Parts: sequence; structure tokens; C-alpha cells
Amino acid sequence: MSERAAASAHQFDDAEQQHDASTLGMWVFLVTEIMFFAGMFTIYVAYRSLYPEGFAHASHHLDVMLGAINTTVLITSSLTMALAVHAAQVGRRGALQIFLLLTIALGSTFLVIKGVEYAHKFHEGLVPGPWFSYHGPDAGPQQLFLSIYFAMTGVHAAHMVIGIGLLSVLVWQAHRGRYGASYYTPVELSGLYWHFVDIVWIFLFPLLYLIGRHS
Amino acid sequence: MEATQPRTHYLNANYGVRSWLLTVDHKRIALLYLASITVMFIIGGIFAGLIRLELLTPAGDLVEADTYNKLFTMHGIVMVFFFLIPSIPAVLGNFLIPMMIGARDLAFPRLNLLSWYIYVLGALFTLWAMLIGGVDTGWTFYTPFSTMASNTNVIPTALGIFITGFSSILTGLNFIVTIHRMRAPGLTWFRLPLFVWAHYATSLIMILGTPVLAITILLVGLERAFHLGIFDPALGGDPLLFQHLFWFYSHPAVYIMILPGMGVISEVIACFSRKGIFGYSFVAISSLAIALLGFLVWAHHMFVTGMSVYAAMIFSFLSFAVAIPSAVKVFNWTATLYKGSISFQAPMLYALGFIGLFTIGGLTGLFLATLGFDVHVTDTYFVVAHFHYIMVGGAIMSYLGGMHFWWPKITGRMYPEPWAKVAAVIVFLGFNLTFFPQFVLGYLGMPRRYHVYPPEFQVLNVMSTAGASILGIGYLLPLVYFIWSLRYGAVASANPWHATGLEWETPSPPPTENFERTPIVTQDAYAYDTQEVQVV
Repeated sequence: MSERAAASAHQFDDAEQQHDASTLGMWVFLVTEIMFFAGMFTIYVAYRSLYPEGFAHASHHLDVMLGAINTTVLITSSLTMALAVHAAQVGRRGALQIFLLLTIALGSTFLVIKGVEYAHKFHEGLVPGPWFSYHGPDAGPQQLFLSIYFAMTGVHAAHMVIGIGLLSVLVWQAHRGRYGASYYTPVELSGLYWHFVDIVWIFLFPLLYLIGRHS
Repeated sequence: MEATQPRTHYLNANYGVRSWLLTVDHKRIALLYLASITVMFIIGGIFAGLIRLELLTPAGDLVEADTYNKLFTMHGIVMVFFFLIPSIPAVLGNFLIPMMIGARDLAFPRLNLLSWYIYVLGALFTLWAMLIGGVDTGWTFYTPFSTMASNTNVIPTALGIFITGFSSILTGLNFIVTIHRMRAPGLTWFRLPLFVWAHYATSLIMILGTPVLAITILLVGLERAFHLGIFDPALGGDPLLFQHLFWFYSHPAVYIMILPGMGVISEVIACFSRKGIFGYSFVAISSLAIALLGFLVWAHHMFVTGMSVYAAMIFSFLSFAVAIPSAVKVFNWTATLYKGSISFQAPMLYALGFIGLFTIGGLTGLFLATLGFDVHVTDTYFVVAHFHYIMVGGAIMSYLGGMHFWWPKITGRMYPEPWAKVAAVIVFLGFNLTFFPQFVLGYLGMPRRYHVYPPEFQVLNVMSTAGASILGIGYLLPLVYFIWSLRYGAVASANPWHATGLEWETPSPPPTENFERTPIVTQDAYAYDTQEVQVV
């Protein structure tokens, strides 16, 4: 999304126009991302209203503790990301690299915990398909729920992986001194992306783990 | 004003394969798209030809039923996703939007190149799926057939469409940012050419609709590959939910195809009537209205699926409502013609053809939006004829009109006018002979998607097939004389049509940077009445 050259690229009149255009481009991209996830949220809402009990029962298969830890990890990573953007804006190159690395570490922690959860599901026979081993009264809706769970968290995790990739490039470029108080657009825009992925999880956690749990 | 010594422009600035495959010039990328969508159009056209050939006789004597299923599926997929959706935006839009707004390039030139590579990758996946046996789900991929029953190459085809979707998203994103941020000084929103307004509305649909198709088709792929059960009726999943999500994109996709065409028609009608567009701001805003309302009518594809009657009534009403902004355009073009100084150059012939055919396509759309009538003709050739009037009679007519209109700007050469007029007339006649009989066939009850039919339908089917061969000739002619004109066509001046618009103020073909210095805009688009009188 971001034009690489520190001096404004040929199609722009000046650096300010370039920054404005890149920022608008990122926001438009995030709109497409919202629509991408919206398709799955729609499916979730449709099936939740069709099978409220099956969904409530199925959410018991999920580990609230691990989910809550992951939520904390991800929110913290948004904080370190925001600090990284700030460090770039005030031109503190060392702090920028440290905060980016922290964000990457927290993101990776999230993925590891997610992987542990997936492994549990695998061992418990809760992966949808021919090996689905739960045969209770509402096995069908429960399998629907777990299909949605894997689709939504899987697509979310894929976005996390892309985010970590982006941040790794930033670390390397920051190390080479590309960013400073006068040019930090890529850091800022990657931050927007990272926060977006974080916000998606803020919706996923209650929808998948918490709603209907008391019943 | 032709310079005697060769002038440097975007085509001769540098040579060689690398200078094209690594270009970030929006004009060259437009030509890359032109070449690739032309190839896809020919492939899709061959499928169409085979379909019409099979339907020449009532018996299934050319292909088996299964092969026929694959033919109409691949015709639809190639034409919709790989020709119609990118056609005007990626070729003419790419070439013209920066020029029309007085910019040196799109906001993100490398992203623009990337979107072409993504398009090519998606196209290759789809072509590969076709070579290894094809796919037979229909271009709509309805579940559970596509997820559980079909044993053809659904996954590679779906992957191809998924990938190509990102090309469309990136193009839309690029256009939106460019139109917001790159306009020349003085070029306010209501001075923009209507072509730009139309592309802005199109881009909104691209960025809002395409991601929904992407996730839907991804879920179909996951369901086939990993047995996730999201649309599986055995688990209580709802195949209708798939249809809702699919049409949430795929109905607005019709407006991705037609809105840019409407933009072309506005430019051409104004130029060859020597008048400003009647009710400019209404035409501009109607594009946005179509984009908005177009998102609210998708379930009119599903009236007979057993969905709620009340929902069907609302979707029927909204489908009528979306006809209003379309009618605003048609009436305003007609009013522009009134007392204009009309000349019938080839682009104008296509534009006039567009107005007539789009009107028929649009009005039969209202028939289909009517609940009772729709039940009668659902899945008949009436529907086939209706959407071909929009997609072929509308979108392709305007694409060809636009290609003729801007060909001198793109190549610096004039196409041969007499041949172009002949071709335009052939296309118009061939089109109507192909598709008008299909309205009658559908009304009489001939269902779509069968390779055999009762003998009493043969006369109309023979007419349709004959029309398709005429239409094919009509499409081949421009291909031949456009290529011919590159070498032998008369050299074009900067503004051969004496049209308004910034793209005509720079030489043909334009220099790589489009303008020698950034233009400053002081008047409205289509200031034909203040233009000094020139003898053509």
C-alpha cells in the first residue's frame, strides 16, 4: 500500500499528498477487510439464530481461559504497536525497533496459544469432517459452530501471519534507518492493519467463547 | 500541428519485453490488460460458439450433457470474471482516469501493475482447471452441488476466481484514492467527467462487494478440501445462505459491468451531439444511487427458492427502485440528443445502440422483478436473454464504443471509419438476432442449461445461432482493423473529435507523464457551447 521512496514518488506533487493518499488507501483496504470478515459474521448470525442451543452447547468446547489470555496478549500487542508508531513519529529509531519486535513476539505468542487450542480440538475429535467424534443430540449444529470457529479464527490467524511478516520487514528497514520523524507512513499504516486484526479478535472472542455460556 | 521529427511518447519511450512487464505507467498497464482480456474474450467466445452450435438442433448431437454443462459454466466464468468485470475499468479506466483528472499516474502505480499480475495468475489457474477437465457447477457455484456432488475441478476454478477478485479490489482501491487525492487544481467533484463519476461508483462496488464473494468462494473451497460443513444441509447448514452471500456480490457485479459503460456513453453522446450532458449532476449522482441500491436487490435471483414471501416483496420493490437511477440516465442522454448537432461516427453508433439495447435489457429486468412473472420465467431463456441484453448489448457495446472513441488517443492512429460503421451495424443486427428470439423461447417455456430441447423450439434456436455467427463476425472486424490501423491508419491529431476533456489536450499518444505541466481547470466538463467553433 505504501510507496517506498522516502522522497515523494513521481505521480505525487509533494510528500504530504503522498502521505494522504497512502493513508486513504489503507483505510479503503481496511473497508474491504471488514466486508471480507462480514461475510463470516453474517453466517455466524444466521446460524446462531437458527440453532441457539446447539451453538450455546458447542461454545463449551472452547477454552475460555486460553481465549482470555490470548485476548490480553493481543490487546497488549496493540499497545506496543501504538508505541512503535509514536517512536517512529518522534524519530527514536532504537525504541521503534524494540516495540516492533515486542509486537512481533506478542503476535507470535497469540499464534502459539491458538495452535495449542487447535491441537486440543484435534485430539478431542472436534475438527469438523469425517473424524468429528461428538454424537450428541445437536451434533449437526455443533459441527456447524466448529466449522465457523475454524474458518473465522483460521482466517484471522492468517491475517496475523501476514501482519507479523509486515512488521518483520519494518524492523529490518528501521534497522537500516529508513524511518524518522519526517517519514514514517509505512509504520503508521502497518499499525492501522495490526489494530484492525486486533479488533476482529475483540469481536470473535465474545461471539465464539462467551455468548450463551451460562446456559 | 504534427511535429516533423518523431516525438517521444509512452509507446516509444523505451522498448523491449522488460519495459512492458515491469512498467508502472498506467497507460501501458491498460494495454497489458487489453491484450489479456482480449484473449479471455476469445476463449469465452469459443465456448459460446460451441453452445450455440449444439443448440442448432433439438437433439444432443455435438456434445454430451456433461460436456454441455461444462461449456456453459466456463463460458459464464470466463466472460463474467475475466472479461466483463475488468473490461472497461481495467483498460479504458486505467488509461483515462489519470488523464481525465490531470494526474501523472494513478495514486499507486506499482499496485496497479500488481493487480494485472494477480489477474493473470487467476486467469491461469482457471484456464488450467479447464484444461484438466473443466468444471460443471454453473458460474454460480451453488451449494451443495459444488461442495458435495460435483466431481469436476471446483477447487482450482474457485481459487482462480478468488485470486482474480483481489485484482478487482486493488483496481477499485487505486481508482478511489486517485479520484479523491490526485485531481488537478480547479477540478472540483462536479466538474469531473461522468466517466470518472461512473468509475468512482464502480470502484465502490468493487471494494465493498468483491471481498464477500472472496470469503464465500473460500468457504466453498474449504468445505470441499477440509470438510468444513458451513453450507452442508446434513448438519443443518443452509444452502440458501450461500446463495444470499453469492448474489450479494454477484448482483452488484452486474453494475460493475454496466456502470463504466454508462460512463463511456455519457462522454460519447456529449461529444457527438456537441452539447453538455442534460442534467449533469443527476447523471453523476445516479451512478452512486445505482451503486447503493444495487447492493439491496440481490435476492431477486432467489424468488422461487422458498425464501420468505415478505422478503421477496421487499426485494421486488427495491429492484423496481434501482430502475429509477438507470432511467434517469437514459432520459438524460435522450434529452442531450434533443436539438444537438448529431453526427453518426462509429462510437456514436455504438452509443445509440447501447441506449436501445440497455433499455430493452432494463425493462425486461422489471418483468423479472415482478414476483408473479418471475415464477413463470425463472431459469428460462427469458432470463438468459435479459442479462445478455445488459452484459452484451450494454457492456460490450459501450466497451467497443469506448475503444473506438479513444483509439486515436491510445495509439495515435485513426481506425478506418467506414469499416467501423459497418462493424457497428453488424454487431447490432447480429446481437438482436441472437438474443431477441431467446426472449420468445423463454416466454414459451424453454429452460436454460439443457443441451436438448423439444423440436418446436428449433426455428427460434436456428435464428439465435445464425445471429451468433453474425455477431462473431462483427467482433472479429474491429480486431482486424484495429491491428491494421496501428500501421496503416491515418495519424491522429491530439483531439480528432474536437471533444472536451483533459485527455484530449495532450498529444496522441500521450507522453509518459501525460501532461507537460499540470493543467488547471477553469470550467465544467462538456463545455461544448463555449468551445470555439471548429470546422470538422
